[in-house]
Amino acid sequence: MALFARRKTVYVDSDILVVGGGMAGCGATYESRYWGRDLKIVCVEKANIERSGAVAQGLYAINCYMGMQWGENQPEDHVRYARNDLMGLVREDLGYDIARHVDATVHKFEEWGLPIMKDPDTGRYQREGKWQIMIHGESYKPLVAEAARKAATEIYNRIMVTHLLMDSSRPNRVAGAVGFNVRTGDYYVFRAKAVIVCAGGASHIFKPRAVGEGMGRTWYAPWSSASAYALPILAGAKMMQMENRIVLTRFKDGYGPVGAYFLHLKTYTQNAYGEEFEARWFAELRKTIGDYVDCHPVPTCLRNHAFLEEVKAGRGPIRMVTKEAFQDPHKETVGWENFLGMTIGQAVVWASQNIDPKHINPELTTSEPYVMGSHATCSGAWASGPSDYAPAEYQWGYNRMMTVDGLFGAGDTIGGTAHKFSSGSFTEGRIAAKAAVNYVNDMGRDGPKVSDGDVEAFGKEIFKPLETYRIGRNEIVGGTVSPSYLLPLHGLQRLEKIMDDYVGGISTHYTTNSHLLTRGLELLQMLREDVAYLGAEDLHQLQRAWELRHRLLASEAVTHHTMFRTETRWPGYYYRADHPKLDDDNWHCFTLSRYDGRTGEWSMEKAPVYHIID
Amino acid sequence: MPTFVYMTRCDGCGYCVDICPSDIMHIDETYRRALNIEPNFCWECYSCVKACPQNAIDVRGYADFAPMGHSVRTLREEEKGTISWKIKFRDGREKNFVSPIRTTPWGSIKPPTDYDAPKPDAFRTQELAHEPEALHIDKLPALPPDRLKRGML
Repeated sequence: MALFARRKTVYVDSDILVVGGGMAGCGATYESRYWGRDLKIVCVEKANIERSGAVAQGLYAINCYMGMQWGENQPEDHVRYARNDLMGLVREDLGYDIARHVDATVHKFEEWGLPIMKDPDTGRYQREGKWQIMIHGESYKPLVAEAARKAATEIYNRIMVTHLLMDSSRPNRVAGAVGFNVRTGDYYVFRAKAVIVCAGGASHIFKPRAVGEGMGRTWYAPWSSASAYALPILAGAKMMQMENRIVLTRFKDGYGPVGAYFLHLKTYTQNAYGEEFEARWFAELRKTIGDYVDCHPVPTCLRNHAFLEEVKAGRGPIRMVTKEAFQDPHKETVGWENFLGMTIGQAVVWASQNIDPKHINPELTTSEPYVMGSHATCSGAWASGPSDYAPAEYQWGYNRMMTVDGLFGAGDTIGGTAHKFSSGSFTEGRIAAKAAVNYVNDMGRDGPKVSDGDVEAFGKEIFKPLETYRIGRNEIVGGTVSPSYLLPLHGLQRLEKIMDDYVGGISTHYTTNSHLLTRGLELLQMLREDVAYLGAEDLHQLQRAWELRHRLLASEAVTHHTMFRTETRWPGYYYRADHPKLDDDNWHCFTLSRYDGRTGEWSMEKAPVYHIID
Repeated sequence: MPTFVYMTRCDGCGYCVDICPSDIMHIDETYRRALNIEPNFCWECYSCVKACPQNAIDVRGYADFAPMGHSVRTLREEEKGTISWKIKFRDGREKNFVSPIRTTPWGSIKPPTDYDAPKPDAFRTQELAHEPEALHIDKLPALPPDRLKRGML
């Protein structure tokens, strides 16, 4: 009992609380201070903001930059691009909003010291592709973290936020967040007038291809534990497009990125027999998805589809043809530095298997599915749009405010805005922060109230796995098998197996149907009951326990959304075998869900898609 | 495994514990040195490798798919503003790379409060901090609301 007796409860009051200090969180923290000079701005992070979030190991490109100063692209062009890539369904109002601001963010990064490569002929930023610019981004995150540290009143590292707090004096208003310090075990209660959720998306909800030591080498960071979704879901916020999971075609085993290889190095793919294979599958696709196959560039999911069908036809492995490009020493350097700057694990794989792409064309593979909101996909919270042009149905308050008062989001958290990447996530954090400052200023003295009962109840719930383990451990001689508790890894592997078997993972070639989904939901329900018996040996395992809880909630949302949308909108991401065609008559719309914390029930609805441009 | 720590080089300073995004670098209570407690949650992001003042941390590729005998070593030098890499293949071939990491002195970013406070009427506009100047165009692009066309529901 000594451990529990020593635990302190620490109250932290602020005007704006930023949950998660990745790219979006650092942007939100910086902008909150710019507009809220006298406000108390607190950023809380489960790791250390110096190297947290998806950009922890760096990036070799910024994938969202318009280049408006040189007339390269306009925000409308980016909206068209993202809409095509997501088969017609994005929040165009939110996407335009990021695109019109993102150049200013990138210019600021350069002023702060980010090395951006320049085209020696034009002096402009070196383009990798239409939207991407190339950077030496090993220290991208430390640099952005420095800006956030200088803006925040306080930064709390190593605190895992588990729940949002709701106002006890007014319904549907956020009042802060609770969590625990992963090092000290102290219980933290953050009371805030506005909360900006900038947490990470979801890796490890579907079974990864490597299940031993290599399970950590997922494409998206293993610490992206779906808090971006679980926190708003538990607060009753509406979520959108949670079925829109993403599958990545990447270099085998290391999931090294292919963007620079395709776009800058001009490498290309071929099957085991040296043949181009995409065209024939695209022709075939016309039967199920119609004209969408003519989109340029070809949507990411459709290119996955061609890859998958070719592999299923027995003509794998699919290889990237690098031997020609890598004869050029400059291109060879770019090819390697591209990994060293953002996916070092791929360089490790190639070194270990003697793969020198100058002499061997490396294999590609498709990853397990992930749920996130900033890449070629757009799951996340349903948020209010910009006041100057968003349609009435997309506007119920402040920009980037969810359907809960005072609850804002950015980055992976906000749905509908595909292709924002690192720069767009930081920019969205800035957009949300300015709106949150206005919200706080408008609120005046009408601050939120937190009930002691809620604080006490969350405190009990958060630390329960430590108690469960302590008691259960005494029942058994040793080992990991107990009749009274599940370890977090046990629960995670069960979750990954359920999602893989029933909700369209790698073992079914991303295919599911209503029967599989129904069974998946039954098993998820049992897992939901079982996670009440998670046992945590120490504070590290307590963090893993809460990460699992967050992943489970996001997985439930994914499964309900997948069931609701009775069409196959994104072949190559997933297939509803019982509804194999794209169905614009019934499904050219968004899917929204809401979780009722009292009943544990999910409700689904449709929401309209508005198009900005033809 | 993927990261591991050499016993004779680690002095137990804890920098790796402080930086690891996955919270898997911990101090062993018996040896008072760092170790990776959960290799299957390691992303091989090298944050700990770069942060180690003793160069005591290295990576051995994931046992599931990486044959032994390789190494990818790095030296990150903040004062020089560079990061150097040495890749050694299983068969002994080597490749070396050096990249810049920052163009300005560490700690030189101006806090937002170093800029003039925004005017009261700026709060209700769509412009963010440093706009429109930082956009390098005359003004922030905008759309008229009537351009929105409702899709099917």
